[in-house]
Amino acid sequence: MPITKALETQIDHISILDEHGNFDEELGAGLIPDEDLVKLYEHMMICRQLDEVAFKLQRSGRMGTYPQNMGQEATSLGAAYMLDPADWMVTCYRENCGLFWRGLPMEKILQHWMGDERGNQIERSLYCTPIAVPIGTQMLHATGLAWGAKYRGEKQIACTFFGDGATSEGDFHEAVNFAANLDIPVIFFCQNNQWAISVPSSIQCSAPTVAQRGVAYGVDCLQCDGNDLYAVAWCMKKAIESAREHHRPMFIEAVTYRLGDHTTADDARRYRDEEEVELWKSRDPLNRMRTRLMGLKLWDEAREAELKERAERTVAAAVERAETIEAPELSDIFNWTFAEVPEQIALQRDTMRTSSIGQDPSQIASEQTTSA
Amino acid sequence: MTRVIEYRDALNEAMSEEMRRDQRVMLLGEEVAEYDGAYKVSRGMLEEFGAQRIIDTPISESGFSGMAIGATMVGLRPIVEFMSWSFSLVAADPILNNAPKMLYMSGGQFGCPIVFRGNDGAGGQLGSTHSWCVEGLYSNVPGMKMVIPAFPADAKGLMKTAIRDDDPVFFLESERLLSFKDEVPEEEYLIPFGQALVRRPGTDCTIVSFGRPVHFCLEAAEELAKEGISCEVIDGRTIRPLDIDTIVESVRKTNYLVVVDQSWSFGSPGSEIAAQVHQHCFDDLDNAVARVHSADVPTPYAVELEQAYLPNAHRICEAVRAVTYTA
Repeated sequence: MPITKALETQIDHISILDEHGNFDEELGAGLIPDEDLVKLYEHMMICRQLDEVAFKLQRSGRMGTYPQNMGQEATSLGAAYMLDPADWMVTCYRENCGLFWRGLPMEKILQHWMGDERGNQIERSLYCTPIAVPIGTQMLHATGLAWGAKYRGEKQIACTFFGDGATSEGDFHEAVNFAANLDIPVIFFCQNNQWAISVPSSIQCSAPTVAQRGVAYGVDCLQCDGNDLYAVAWCMKKAIESAREHHRPMFIEAVTYRLGDHTTADDARRYRDEEEVELWKSRDPLNRMRTRLMGLKLWDEAREAELKERAERTVAAAVERAETIEAPELSDIFNWTFAEVPEQIALQRDTMRTSSIGQDPSQIASEQTTSA
Repeated sequence: MTRVIEYRDALNEAMSEEMRRDQRVMLLGEEVAEYDGAYKVSRGMLEEFGAQRIIDTPISESGFSGMAIGATMVGLRPIVEFMSWSFSLVAADPILNNAPKMLYMSGGQFGCPIVFRGNDGAGGQLGSTHSWCVEGLYSNVPGMKMVIPAFPADAKGLMKTAIRDDDPVFFLESERLLSFKDEVPEEEYLIPFGQALVRRPGTDCTIVSFGRPVHFCLEAAEELAKEGISCEVIDGRTIRPLDIDTIVESVRKTNYLVVVDQSWSFGSPGSEIAAQVHQHCFDDLDNAVARVHSADVPTPYAVELEQAYLPNAHRICEAVRAVTYTA
């Protein structure tokens, strides 16, 4: 018998606006109206400003560990821009730009990383889930959300974000497999930023693309230049159509680069070549968009200067709001463990004692008698 | 009116009634649909409710547990079947690190009304990895409720409560009890959480347990009665919330307590009850609380060893005699 091919496959790579400002008129036609371009660019610039300020806040002891988003602004923004406002965005922690586009107040992100859980109290109408710090768990939540929406007969879909490192987690494989087998309308959006803290993506995946991991589960896969807002939008358009119209999940690998450290607790200079970082700085998603805007006569130096000043003001105001939020009540320790606060926890809350003494008022009474 | 049905059918009735009542409830897990469940608990449910609500999943415990969490965020109330709670260990992150914390971490926005259910406990010669009594390990985690019924009527009434509960519920069934038949009311009823039941009144010593070992306690009490020791047997029914009041009330009467818990002793529901009873009944106790657990070793495979490893009526009798100074 001759040897036949059991499978032949290919992964398309999408690039529309490159780092030199070259633009593919055919692929890019009608994708993003010019009037939205300026707003999108401004969002990326303000998000970048937040990153710089947040880094300084951490260094000066005004904020806890913070993961910079620098260099990856176009990925989540392109996705959020294309999604319907009622679609779920199920993020990890490098999707600030998309979340701000969605309407999440900037001080929420600051509040969260300043160590206040209330930063995760996101308006239900924004359809965003709390920031997921354990790697990969959110992909299953997204699959469940989309499955539930489909069950309820709603047109809503979910888009979940994760890094290249998270595709090594079992949760990724289980989520994609489920979504494919049960026809669940979820988009798996991988921000391949090349580094999982100090581990390069080659250690996460020996295959030439991360995208092909989706092929194994029978889902359509695309790879794009993640620093190209147009390419991200192009892939999202395909994926949204597939999910919304056909309940088929898609996997998008957006190739980007983490220009900053993993978090402020990291120093990437210890394990990365400066040359590599410089190369990716030349591919910055903001620069190429600025070049494009100028080419379209939608932008000039004066507007750039005005934006920089506005970004500083906007972020400074958000920092001020975040820093002036009143500290949580101590009794908040005990709320939200259960839908209704059970007696044992209510007792601890009332006595503000987490020891067994706090669970037994009779012991407190005897203690007071003794001390009196 | 009552009739006598199997424990598995009591569970089936509870789930089916709740699914008829509430379109948001669904059942998912391995083999639950076409195969009626590996232990036939979901017999006939695919036929009645269809493949949209009775869902065969890939062998992927972490996957379907995590998905269930997402489904609650759009208002669904899934029931997740683990073929065995032993298999839930690969889903530790969604069931322990996500579901019980989601409400807390989202500031009250996303509760997770999920019932995680399946077989718990040893005694079927399934070896160390398939014989977990997860109540010891899991009951440490705040934010979830834990139910462990010993009788069919409780299995039904507590399951209905679990499905309507707004928090994640870990529902621990016993493979060894699935074919056990007993009276179950005809009419609809629910059993609230946190209400222990005195299964057998007595005056000389309190024995408290939950799940399958309750039956061993009743056997032991019968044996001890012949020796003139009157035992009060309490079936805890739920571990979280724990009805400590019923236990305390009994101990104040009998002055002696034996806790029987099939999980390992270190940091277990048994040790928690002992600690709380020492706190509440320090002056009432005439001896330290005795605890009967499984041996502090991995579950043995050979039948003779497994039986000797588990709590049984003989070991419970020994403990009662020792603690009441009648040995």
